[in-house]
Amino acid sequence: MDNAQLLISGLANGCVYGLIALGFVLIYKATEAVNFAQGDFMMLGAFVTIGLTNTQYMGLPFWLALPISLGIMGALGYLLDRLIIRRLFGESQTAVVILTIALGFVIRFVAGLIWGHEPQTLQNPLAGKEARFGGLVLGMEDVAVIVVTILLTGALYVFFSRTKLGLAMQGASQNQLAAYYMGIPVKRVQGFIWALAGVVAGIAGILFAAKGAVDPTTGLLGIKAFAAAVIGGFGSLPGALAGGLIVGVIEPFSSRYIAAGYSQVAPYALLLAVLIFRPNGLFSQVRVKKV
Amino acid sequence: MRIVFKTNYMQDIRPWKDRYQLSLYLILLAVVAAAPWWLDAFYLGELTNVLIWAIAGLGLMILTGHTGQVSLGHAAFLAFGCYANIALIEAGVPFLIAFPLAGILTGIAGVTVAIPALWLHGIYLAIFTMALSILMDDIIVLSEPITGGVAGKYVGGVEIFGHLVDRWGTPDQFFWLVLIVTVLVTLGYINLLRAPLGRSFIAVRDSEVSAQAMGIDIARTKMISFALSCAVTGWAGALMGLFAGAFNNETFSVLISIQLLMMIVIGGLGSIHGAFLGAIVIGFLPQFLSISKEYAGALFGGNTVAIPGLEFGIFGMILIAFILFEPMGLYGRWLKIRTWFELFPFYRKDMFKRQKSYLRTERLR
Amino acid sequence: MSLLEFENVTLKFGGLTAVDDLSFEVLEGEVFALVGPNGAGKSTVFNLISRFYDPYAGSIRFDGHDLLRVKPSGVAAYGVARTFQNIELFEHATVLQNLLVGRHQHRKTNLLSELLFLPSARQQEIENREKVEEIIDFLDLQAYRDKMIAGLPYGVRKVVEVARALATDPKLLLLDEPASGLSVEETSDMRWWIDDIRRQMGITVLMVEHDMGLVSGVSDRVLAMADGAKLALGSPAQVQSHPAVIEAYLGKAS
Repeated sequence: MDNAQLLISGLANGCVYGLIALGFVLIYKATEAVNFAQGDFMMLGAFVTIGLTNTQYMGLPFWLALPISLGIMGALGYLLDRLIIRRLFGESQTAVVILTIALGFVIRFVAGLIWGHEPQTLQNPLAGKEARFGGLVLGMEDVAVIVVTILLTGALYVFFSRTKLGLAMQGASQNQLAAYYMGIPVKRVQGFIWALAGVVAGIAGILFAAKGAVDPTTGLLGIKAFAAAVIGGFGSLPGALAGGLIVGVIEPFSSRYIAAGYSQVAPYALLLAVLIFRPNGLFSQVRVKKV
Repeated sequence: MRIVFKTNYMQDIRPWKDRYQLSLYLILLAVVAAAPWWLDAFYLGELTNVLIWAIAGLGLMILTGHTGQVSLGHAAFLAFGCYANIALIEAGVPFLIAFPLAGILTGIAGVTVAIPALWLHGIYLAIFTMALSILMDDIIVLSEPITGGVAGKYVGGVEIFGHLVDRWGTPDQFFWLVLIVTVLVTLGYINLLRAPLGRSFIAVRDSEVSAQAMGIDIARTKMISFALSCAVTGWAGALMGLFAGAFNNETFSVLISIQLLMMIVIGGLGSIHGAFLGAIVIGFLPQFLSISKEYAGALFGGNTVAIPGLEFGIFGMILIAFILFEPMGLYGRWLKIRTWFELFPFYRKDMFKRQKSYLRTERLR
Repeated sequence: MSLLEFENVTLKFGGLTAVDDLSFEVLEGEVFALVGPNGAGKSTVFNLISRFYDPYAGSIRFDGHDLLRVKPSGVAAYGVARTFQNIELFEHATVLQNLLVGRHQHRKTNLLSELLFLPSARQQEIENREKVEEIIDFLDLQAYRDKMIAGLPYGVRKVVEVARALATDPKLLLLDEPASGLSVEETSDMRWWIDDIRRQMGITVLMVEHDMGLVSGVSDRVLAMADGAKLALGSPAQVQSHPAVIEAYLGKAS
């Protein structure tokens, strides 16, 4: 029973990683850029919602604050693309990576200025409630995290593989110039994707803040989520979720069955192993350059 | 503008343009070497720190700036060099042997790590090295007998020819030690860049296919680049350890890796000057911030308590500004300003227009 | 005497046959042109010689050596140099540095002597420069020698690429569309250079080119390809009037 409990809480954690990883993959799929600030975006989403909902700040009702904060996050994502990322159009991937790492520092700094450095929890209607399945006692927050994640991944998957707009976006990532000639508004698509990634980060942040406390350094989870995205196979949405779940589950189990320190080591050790031994699985999107 | 009329090949091969340029650099070196006489102990320490960062920057510059391989994990090699140096000294090896050996060992470690990573491109290599840097923390804890684990290590001075050189006891001599290493590494770097090997690094960075067609073995070249880069970084790490006096598993965190990469981007990728300029920014930014905070506090009567994350926040903003507006870094900006003066009043705005950042796009264009 | 020999070479990408049972010989001292419509497999032939691809069947021999046993970076050492269709220069280096990279395969120094810049490294640099300056003079690149590639016009880059290939001291020079994108004047310059490369330097030239004026002006023999296979082989005039070639370019007359 203990193991089952461990598994569920691991899965719930994994879902949050998965959601951040989803943000990475979304942006990567559509623009071939990697947003290292995605974890900090999540932290920002959590704090925006806390700022709207919690009684010591604005104290809005939770269900009203929810759409507003997602709207804010979407707008932030869009603005980020519009004001900064778009200027790097055609620049190297690495320039975007370094830029978003720097952006993460800035977001962390700004969040610390506004909301302070104390860990805070989101006041939400699910807080403290429990769900019982047989002998398992689960926090309602954990259940909500898992359900929302599955629904969101499913919806995004359908969007990218079935709808015209989604397919157009994939085209835009594979060959920007060709997509442009085909009449796909590449830049607008890119803006939309960054907005979407902002919303996804917002959802992840809300779920995370409902489950536990956030502080400005929470964004560093993004690194772990990035490992998850790579483990799952960069460029696939269900893969991102799977990677997130693997990392989420591997953490508590390795600390339990190997040694306490290993919960930090295991995801990265796995990441290195994947990069070394299964590069083909990951490299499906890297094509040989034509000369 | 000084135009040099070249009459033999050596004028092109030697690293300086003419006597005038050579004497400028020699004067700069002399002024810096005389620092203990014109700087107080605190700023001498800061200058030592800047030089150590510059060595680390030169190390990463070889790999990222000149071979085009982005590493987000060089703190791991700083750590390796630092611990290797201390372990050798504690084993009774004299410093003058232990120190070079520490760098060489780090170079070997770098190659060992590089072999599985040779086929990883761009962002994947960055992730690979970053994971390595994160894992280094735990590797240090696990190898406690050598590294002292979480408790860490304390070092006093090192003995050179029976003479104790110590960061606190004899800051002048420690400074000169660091300066000598800096000069040697820089000279080696300059020689590298004017020899076939350095050019093959640049070739790999700019076009792997044509480098191959010119007879350059890509995998081998990357391995040598890793080796040299890690060796230099290892020396920087060893000096960092001696400078800090105490260090443990958290000293060389992944944040240091990131900071190092950002430093050379701000300085200017693909130039030796870039490593130094970046190190100056990194080294003096905290001082600059605390001084300006005091001024702001005195002016507006605000408090002067430390704001956590301020340094990194400001640093991040500077970096974003550079990537957007000056991808060639400080050195690129300096070149433009210099050209403006040299050509005055004939400088045109689009003179450097076509030169974009050094990092090559991975996209199919 | 044949310098390069293709014998029944076949290359497949998945289901697509890029080169289909192709055989031909390039004789020493001639200028040999590959022509054909887009997608005929001409550049693929170059990439096979550069060993970027492994053929599915057949053999490629160069100067008496089995080229298929050589790794991609080893081809240059046998005396094969090439240019690329989309110009693959080292963008953030000067023209001179680009040409010096061409000398890389003649490197005799090791890591240590280069780091210390020992007299041997110095001597080697002087020799490299003598060779490279000759080529700069030959192709009239003096004005650009210390300029970054990133700021050079297209036509000059094309010439720099030829220069870099010549710097390797090749026996066989592969030119992938040397005249594409060049102006009429630049194309005629290129024509005389190709002629000089063969006559003065004694280098065999194998080129892919669409400009039939250039092809018939400089080449001794022409191989016309379509869909990876040989259509016709002979003098430029013979190939141009060959019915199969006309059909491949203009479609079947009905």
